[in-house]
Amino acid sequence: MTNEVLPKQPTYYEEVQRKGYSRRDFVRFVSMMTAFIGLEQSAIGQVTTALETKPRLPVIWLHFQECTCCSESFIRSSHPIVADILLDKISLDYTETLMAASGFQAEEALHNTMTKYKGQYILCVEGSVPLAADGVYCMIGGKTSLQILEEAAEGAAAVIAWGSCASNGCVQSAKPNPTKATPIHKIIKNKPIIKVPGCPPIGEVMAGVIVHYLTFGRIPELDKLGRPKAFYSKRVHDTCYRRPFYDAGLFVESFDDANAKKGYCLYKVGCKGPSTYNACGVMKWNNGTSFPIQSGHPCIGCSEENFWDNGRFYERGSSFAGFGIEADADTFGKVALGITGAALVGHAVATNIGKSKFIKEHQQEGRESEHELKS
Amino acid sequence: MANKYLHIHRLRRVYVWELPVRFYHWLNAGVILVLIITGFFISNPLALMSNAEATNQYTMGWVRYIHFIAAYLFFFNFLFRIYWGFVGNKYANWRQFIPVSKRFFKEMWTVFKIDILMLKKNGQQQDHLSVGHNAMAGFIYFLTFIVFLIQCLTGFGLYASMSDWWLPKMFAWFPAMLGGDIVTRQIHHWAMWFFILFAVVHVYLVFYHDYVEGRGEISSMGGGWKFIEEDVFEKNKHMTPNPEKNK
Ligand code: HEM
Ligand code: HEM
Ligand code: SF4
Ligand code: SF4
Repeated sequence: MTNEVLPKQPTYYEEVQRKGYSRRDFVRFVSMMTAFIGLEQSAIGQVTTALETKPRLPVIWLHFQECTCCSESFIRSSHPIVADILLDKISLDYTETLMAASGFQAEEALHNTMTKYKGQYILCVEGSVPLAADGVYCMIGGKTSLQILEEAAEGAAAVIAWGSCASNGCVQSAKPNPTKATPIHKIIKNKPIIKVPGCPPIGEVMAGVIVHYLTFGRIPELDKLGRPKAFYSKRVHDTCYRRPFYDAGLFVESFDDANAKKGYCLYKVGCKGPSTYNACGVMKWNNGTSFPIQSGHPCIGCSEENFWDNGRFYERGSSFAGFGIEADADTFGKVALGITGAALVGHAVATNIGKSKFIKEHQQEGRESEHELKS
Repeated sequence: MANKYLHIHRLRRVYVWELPVRFYHWLNAGVILVLIITGFFISNPLALMSNAEATNQYTMGWVRYIHFIAAYLFFFNFLFRIYWGFVGNKYANWRQFIPVSKRFFKEMWTVFKIDILMLKKNGQQQDHLSVGHNAMAGFIYFLTFIVFLIQCLTGFGLYASMSDWWLPKMFAWFPAMLGGDIVTRQIHHWAMWFFILFAVVHVYLVFYHDYVEGRGEISSMGGGWKFIEEDVFEKNKHMTPNPEKNK
């Protein structure tokens, strides 16, 4: 890889050919992507034309507080063209993990892209930005990640927040969040931001977001939380193949029971599928091999904000702060109910004592009337 | 027994709860009961055993279906009650619920002294018998309505993604604001406990008032009538808290 940025970029198709892929491979890739981004079959032509004619998109990919699982997921996405063409070989002008350049050269490449393609490049961010202690928790080349992010976002056409770290903070922002890990949308306010949450997000989803941008030259339609609707409008639960067991009321009670063997629904062992918006049930992972639920593990809600603090992985409810690890809302409720019951009994006793004269008068009045009436 | 002086009350009938309020009340109570039962089931389904094929079972599906039907009834009933707070009689008026005046707070304090602290006033164990619900009760109902709202916002917010209708879809912003469905669901679950505690205390207090005051409190939600002493009626004739007059 070179740190020199070409002013005139080859198109994607040219690169595909140069890499030795056949036209058939290319078309297969296009139809797969078209399906993934939720377009109709008739749009295949549009996507093909875009990839054939549009020069490659300059991409800057920043890494902050993260574990690189997003990059890992991306380069393992099922079609080799994704890794080869979209990411690895031509698309990236700067990415700490995958570029060959280092040190001064790398910084120069970043700078070049930022100036030459001002207003055109896509800024991909992996990881959250630590704001505590003036940002010393994550610094590259003598700059804090906040500085780097703000500089790079300045000339970006759009920002993609890869993964849960960049979208919502992920585990490093778990209470008490010592580094004040902050997601991108809380820092960059004046650019369109596409959130692609997940720990990591599915590789095909990541590719799909980029292909969508390429084809239409604008960001995909986003939901209220800023995620592309094509991938995040359905809950894992809605596309889960175990759903019929859920509807039937057939549940795994513990991981070693007969129901687990039969493949029943994992709801009662803590599955967060009913509250998690992701495409796992449809796209699955590792070339569509499987996904967590298919291998018998409940969904932990990895693409949902605050999933790390919002409850236990193997229970439905979250623990209730201050009442011990095992206590949940129902424990609290039962205690409150008990106290309320006791208070009401106390009140009933107090009433009969404190208001005895009053009650007696009523009774006497009533009795009197009874006596005076003919039967 | 009856040889000492007995004050025989003459009671006067007051139409307190109009039919729409009573209808609302019992529909509301019934539907909340259904929502609590189905809600518990949804949050922790029973390990029901059956030898039927999974294809022929729909237990969770039915329970959720009932929860959602009850939820719609609950929601529209609630909207209706709000509407009735503007067009109904003075005891149903919204001003009975929201502490806007000094008088409201004073009455709440009086109720607290009589019903909770059981203080005596002028040697008497009871005075101030409100005709509609008392100020304290009104305020509690106000809080209850806020929880109704929370339950509708969280419930329909969760339901939004399962529905194609615009009405539930209108609530999608709420889970988005809270930061996702997981936490929304938990709040929905916690709020259920408010309903349980409210229902227990409420039913107790209704029986308490009926027992202590002897004016037909329980049956007032049946026929709509409550009874007040003739002398109280005379005393309050022109001073009855009349929200329409304050306008
Ligand atoms: C008195 C009112 C209500 C009570 C007590 C109640 C109670 C509950 C409870 C305890 C749950 C289980 C939560 C968990 O997973 O732990 C639940 C789920 C749910 N409730 Fe309610 N609820 C009420 C009203 C509503 C309303 C008005 C709606 C509006 C549509 C609603 C919609 C839902 C939905 C969508 C779920 C999730 C069901 C699923 O995903 O399977 N609820 N409710
Ligand atoms: C045996 C059961 C019940 C009886 C006898 C009963 C009776 C009554 C009575 C007499 C009132 C008039 C209020 C007052 O004078 O302070 C009232 C009001 C009310 N009750 Fe109940 N109730 C019952 C159950 C419930 C339940 C289960 C709920 C809901 C959780 C409920 C919710 C309400 C509400 C919200 C009001 C305010 C009514 C309004 O003005 O809109 N009740 N109830
Ligand atoms: S395993 Fe999880 S996602 Fe699948 S049906 Fe059961 S609760 Fe839903
Ligand atoms: S199944 Fe749930 S926890 Fe697993 S990857 Fe998908 S969204 Fe994340």
